[in-house]
Amino acid sequence: MKGEYQAGLKDGLAIGIGYFSVSFTFGILAVKGGLSALTATLISLTNLTSAGQFAGLTVILAHGSLFELALTQLVINLRYALMSLSLSQRLGPAFTTPRRMAVAFANTDEIFAVAMGRKSPLTPAYLYGLATLPILGWTFGTFTGAVASGALSDAVRSALGVALYSMFVAIVAPSLRQLKSVRVVVAAAVAVSCLLAWTSLSRVVSSGFAIILSTLVAAGIGAFFFPMDLAEEDAPAEQEAAL
Amino acid sequence: MSLVLYIAVMAGVTYLIRMLPLTLFQKKIRNRWLRSFLYYVPYACLAAMTFPAILTATESPVSALAALAVAAVVGFAGKGLVTVAACACVTVFVVERLLGL
Repeated sequence: MKGEYQAGLKDGLAIGIGYFSVSFTFGILAVKGGLSALTATLISLTNLTSAGQFAGLTVILAHGSLFELALTQLVINLRYALMSLSLSQRLGPAFTTPRRMAVAFANTDEIFAVAMGRKSPLTPAYLYGLATLPILGWTFGTFTGAVASGALSDAVRSALGVALYSMFVAIVAPSLRQLKSVRVVVAAAVAVSCLLAWTSLSRVVSSGFAIILSTLVAAGIGAFFFPMDLAEEDAPAEQEAAL
Repeated sequence: MSLVLYIAVMAGVTYLIRMLPLTLFQKKIRNRWLRSFLYYVPYACLAAMTFPAILTATESPVSALAALAVAAVVGFAGKGLVTVAACACVTVFVVERLLGL
């Protein structure tokens, strides 16, 4: 069992380092928006998700409603449901319901990707080990960013402002290059997003809902015009792994 | 509104999305449209969150656009997340110095 936990720790190291650098930016953004370092850290510790937290922060800073916040999280994090469905089928009888509930907390894009890519069978100890460093990296990265924010010059803060966005670009880029369907979906999402931000519609649609609407419309267009081939049984899971 | 309430709702919804399928559903989704929709959600969502919001993330839309272009090129080249982010950040810093901001 101990060997399994350590194997997980080892596989999670790279994710932990990556998370530290990205959550550092989240900490800066949160403090810039007026939240305390402790609040920012608490959000990271309890949520463990980049895109969702980022969008959630937008809603919180705009003093949006709890309904808007919940809906934003639901839509943006809907992909985790798909990943959890995939992961669920890799888990053997050792995964009792309480263990599944524990593993679920840390089913992030990257942890999911590594877990699914593992050749040997998944054990609870391995998945706990895999989740440990990413959780620590994500939490302490946020705290460090939030605390260091004040010490950074405007120039450095401005430069770090694009870190999260460029990570989003990096996540989408490989599929964007390979699949026409993803190009259409991305173009549609950007078009709707700009429409909602730059026209008079921005007065009635908050930024949180704008993300939801853009996502629903663009993913709907993608599903309608480019439905997946059901024969590729595990294709969505594998492609999703890049996230 | 209380920040604690905000955080509780955010964390609760995120956790339930991850937890319910793992505990309740053991079967694969068979509906083709729904599977496709779920497959496209992350791309649509990330794209919508990035643009046009990135334009106001830095001191100038010019440096933001330059960073976006660099991130796209480096990302297309298949580099990892951290590399792409680092290149984009350096781009903003350099472009803003050139602009004299």
